[in-house]
Formats: sequence, structure tokens, C-alpha cells
Amino acid sequence: MEKQVYKKTLGVLPNTVSGFCPGCMHSTVHKLIGEVAEDLGYLDKLVRVEGVGCCGLGQLYVSHDSTIAAHGRGCAVATGIKRCTPESLVYTYQGDGDLASIGMAETILAANRGENFTVIFVNNCIYGMTGGQMAPTTLIGMKSTTTPKGRNPEEHGYPIHMCEVLNQLTAPYYLERVSCDTPQHVIATRKAIKKAFQYQLEGKGFSMVEIVTSCPTNWGLTPIAALDFLRDKMFAEFPLGVIRDKGAVK
Amino acid sequence: MSERVFMKGCEAIAEAATRAGCRFFAGYPITPQNEIPEYFARRMPEVGGVFVQGESEVASVNMLYGAASTGTRAMSSSSSCGISLYSEGVSYMNAARIPAVYVNVQRGGPGIGAIQPAQQDYLQATKASGNGGFRMLVLAPATVQECVDMTYRAFDLAAKYQNPVLVLTDGVMGTMMEPVELPPMKSDEELAELKAAYHYRAVVGHPLGEAVFCRPGGIGGGWEEINKETVKMYETWDSEVEYEEFMMDDAEIVLAAYGISARISRYVVKALRKEGIKAGMIRPIKVSPFPYEAFDKLDFDRVKGILNVEMSIPAQMKWDIEYAVHGRCPIAESLRSGGELLTNDQVLAAARALAKEVL
Ligand SMILES: Cc1ncc(C[n+]2csc(CCOP(=O)(O)OP(=O)(O)O)c2C)c(N)n1
Ligand code: SF4
Repeated sequence: MEKQVYKKTLGVLPNTVSGFCPGCMHSTVHKLIGEVAEDLGYLDKLVRVEGVGCCGLGQLYVSHDSTIAAHGRGCAVATGIKRCTPESLVYTYQGDGDLASIGMAETILAANRGENFTVIFVNNCIYGMTGGQMAPTTLIGMKSTTTPKGRNPEEHGYPIHMCEVLNQLTAPYYLERVSCDTPQHVIATRKAIKKAFQYQLEGKGFSMVEIVTSCPTNWGLTPIAALDFLRDKMFAEFPLGVIRDKGAVK
Repeated sequence: MSERVFMKGCEAIAEAATRAGCRFFAGYPITPQNEIPEYFARRMPEVGGVFVQGESEVASVNMLYGAASTGTRAMSSSSSCGISLYSEGVSYMNAARIPAVYVNVQRGGPGIGAIQPAQQDYLQATKASGNGGFRMLVLAPATVQECVDMTYRAFDLAAKYQNPVLVLTDGVMGTMMEPVELPPMKSDEELAELKAAYHYRAVVGHPLGEAVFCRPGGIGGGWEEINKETVKMYETWDSEVEYEEFMMDDAEIVLAAYGISARISRYVVKALRKEGIKAGMIRPIKVSPFPYEAFDKLDFDRVKGILNVEMSIPAQMKWDIEYAVHGRCPIAESLRSGGELLTNDQVLAAARALAKEVL
């Protein structure tokens, strides 16, 4: 007898072709969000607050309610939505420029208030949408269109570690850094998103899942070479793992 | 049933909003409007609403965008330099047609200006509250009672047009106490009905196939069509034009003023009449859409001069008056700014001087 072992999530619109570049992990993350919400039976209560950047390309593919926040304001918009409809499952979907540069204040203060929504933070170390400028998370020495000689700490400072920054606060409930470079890591990301959503449904407050990803296009690498760079350089700067989990059983 | 109380403008605005069904407020402290957020901080928990002290005006207006996009009646308030930081969120709310209400209790400007009252945000409020060239309904109360009535109505107007509405007042009105009649409290049933009516576009989660995509522009295109649709809405706003004509029947000198300046002008019109000068006043009740017709239809064989009274230097409303009058009579000014208040005597002297020149 035949048994269905895999199907495309209903969280993503059928018959759409992703416009993300080859090797980009945004599409994987969208799929995982849809799968997790579907598993939890919450697709019809799922609300997406989208940042501005390549993450915004997702607006054409998701099948659930969504709005676009002004660049960086995802956590403020999500605060307004979630406070007015606590029964919705609300997440923001933000890049590193969006969340950690222009939206730094909104991110930190929402986390500090312990707002009960989930942040999906896609950290690719660069401004993807605008063509590869330096991000707050750009690695030391990494070339970007605005650091043509590489990021120089004396001039540009150092990469910001958002999970660790938020870990200084008392309120956040769950902070984990994951990636999507291998099937194992994809499964871990799925679990992390599920845990964050479950915590939200239990009313535990603020969670952030940081997903360290590649941007082959703006890194100027092939998708395969970008994976090597991700593992060698990005994971060294942004180690994967649970940074905080207040719900973990000791 | 209405109820008569003695209240400060800011608090009256907050209470009127609560009675209109406002159940979300976000704002950042700034003088002279702190009594609005402070009132909401006390009041919202009593009615099951939400008060958030935003970390900035930028955050507050974006919280407003989120809250109002769920179909909850929501409001924010700030003052002048704070309102500058609203322009991002206000533009987004216009683009996405979010029915939100916000209040500007104007203070001196430009820059950080002065914490004292002024009317220096007229052009910003009426012409360009953010990028993109949108228009909004802008209500301009001249008494605490009007602060109440207009705030109450603002929520219905926002819901009717699914567009943000601005209540443009100033630090005098915000801090002044007057007796007011409060409107009835909207019942939970009425609010539930309003929310249900908005559900089809509320960003709250929907079954598959009915998902709401609330978009302030973005990728995908089609925005020009949406801009054209919005223009069709603006074209219906002739019915929204609202102004008061005070002693205009035989007026030869016309004072033009809104908000606090109109109160002073009303006194001045009466004083001039006692001196035998036939004065009158045109007071825009909404400053957007501007009541051009009130000036355009004047009999310029009789009306010999207009005095633009504003707490702004340079004059701002004068642009709209000039546009309507089109050189058919001289337009003089009586102005103060930077937190300095107009006085009855100053405006009276300016009106007398104009009368002497043109009559
Ligand atoms: C207020 C404002 N400033 C600048 C921009 C232009 N802008 C669009 S996307 C973007 C950067 C996005 O980078 P990131 O958040 O890292 O997301 P990615 O594209 O890498 O997914 C910028 C600066 C904008 N849309 N709005
Ligand atoms: S530019 Fe980078 S982040 Fe954007 S879609 Fe392409 S690979 Fe992905």
C-alpha cells in the first residue's frame, strides 16, 4: 500500500515558483514556517509581519495573513497586532539590516517587554535586497559594496551578535541560533521554530530564532562555495546552539 | 446619554477616544501632550484595552499601524517634533489604508522648537504628513468640546474611509480646562460589530484561501491602480469640507483662522463690530480638505481684506487662502510662533490696521 511521506506545506501558496536566488535559504525557511504552523494546526491563525529586504520577497508565496512593516519596524508592528489579537500566532520575518541596524531599537525594546510573539531572524551577513552593502553582522574582513576593502573593525566596528545582545535582557524566553546548510540543520531549524511557536501559544513571551544563512549572490560565490564559507567563517563568528531556553527541562 | 464634566483638553481627547471604542494606544512622552498617554495608561485597563509606552515615536506609530490593522480601534498622539517621526508610519498607514487615528498637540518649531503652544505644523499636516503624496482628513478643534466631538468622530471617519485621520490641535487646547459634554460609551456589542465588519481585511489570521495581505506597496506591482482608486476616494471628500462662517453676512474684513487662533479671532470680530467695523470670520473646522469654497464664493465687491491669523511664522494656512482668493483682495497676517502666543490685542491691532488701509 502506498503511504504519503512528504507533501508540500499549505503554508506556502501552491503553484508558485520562488524568486529567491539559487542556493538562497529564504525559501527553505518559508517552507519550515508553513510546515510547523500546519503541524500545530495554526495556519488559519498565523500572522506574518514581514521586514523589508529579500525577506519581503516571501510576500508572494505565503498563503497566510501577512503585512509589511516599514524597514526595521517589524517588532513594533507585531507588538500592535499581537496585543490586539492575542489568539493569533504572530511572527516577524526579518533580515540582519532590518532587525539589527535600522530596527535595533524596536527589536531590543520588544524583547525587553517580553512581547509574546516570535522573531525569525535571517542573518546572511549582508544587505541582500539592495545589492550587498555592509550589514551590522558582516564579518571582519568581508567585502561588501560599501566596504570594498573588507570590513575594518577600526572603521566599521565588529559584527553584532543579536542572540547574545538579547541574552542580556531578563524577559526573552527562548533564543536559539540555527542554520539550514545540511538536512540535520534544517531539522534543527524546524524544531527551533516549532518550539518558539509553542512557547508563544503557551504565552511565554518573546522568542527569537536566528537562522545563519548564505547569500551566494551578494557574497559573490556559487551556492556550493557559499556553503563552505558559511560553515568555515559564519559559524565561527555565530556559533549555533541554544543561547537561552527558559522552558528547558534541567 | 451624555454627561457634563470639567476636563483638560488632552484628557478629554483620551476619554472621547475611549468612548468611541479606542482599545489600543501607543505613544512616547512629549510635552504638551503627556496627559493623553497618562490618561490612557489609567483608562485602558478599565475597559480591557491596551496601553503601550512605545520606545520612540517611530515605534509607537508602527505599533498603531499593527494594532489598527487588526480592526481594533486604535490611536496614538504626539507633538510637532515627535510627529515628524510619525511620517514613516503615517505614510505606510495611508498606503495600506489603515483606519487609525492620531493626534498632534502642536508646539513651537521648527526643530525641537518650544514646549509651548503653536500652530506650526499646518503644511505638514495638510499637505505632506509623509512621503508619497497622499491626503488625509484633518480635524482642527477650537474648543475642548470640539476636541471631544472631533476625536469621537475621527474614529468613525477612519472606519468609513479606511484611512488614517489626524486631529490637529495645539498646546493651548491640550492643557486648557473647560466644561464638556462627553459622548456615550460605545458598548462591547457595538465594538464587536465594528470589528466583525472589518474582519475581511483584518490581519488576524484567516482560513486558507481567505488570507489577508495588507500591503503598503511592496513588490508585485499594481500600486498605480491603487493610487488611482485612492484619488477616487479623495474626490468624494467635497462632502467632508467643513467650516464655520461667523458674522459673515455683511462682513467687509474677514479674519481667517483655525483652532486656538479662531477663538482669539472670534473675540476680535466682536470687538471690531463694537467699533463699527463690519468684521467676520471664516474658520476651517477641517483643515483638510480645505474649505476653498468659503473664500472663493466671497463677494469681493464687499470684502475688502482678509486677515490670516495663525500661530506660525512664516504663515502657512495663507497658502490655501491665497490659492482660493487668487488676488481678488489683499491678505494681511497676524502671526506669532516659537511658543509665543497670539493675544487679542495684537490681532485686534492688526485687524484695525487692515481696515484702515482697505476700507
Ligand atoms: C527606510 C528605508 N531605508 C532603506 C530602505 C532600502 N532597503 C531595502 S532592503 C534593505 C536592506 C535589507 O537587508 P537585510 O535586512 O539584511 O535583508 P536581506 O535583503 O539581506 O534579506 C534596505 C536598506 C528601505 N526600504 N526603507
Ligand atoms: S540576494 Fe541573497 S538573500 Fe536575496 S534572494 Fe538572493 S541569495 Fe537570497
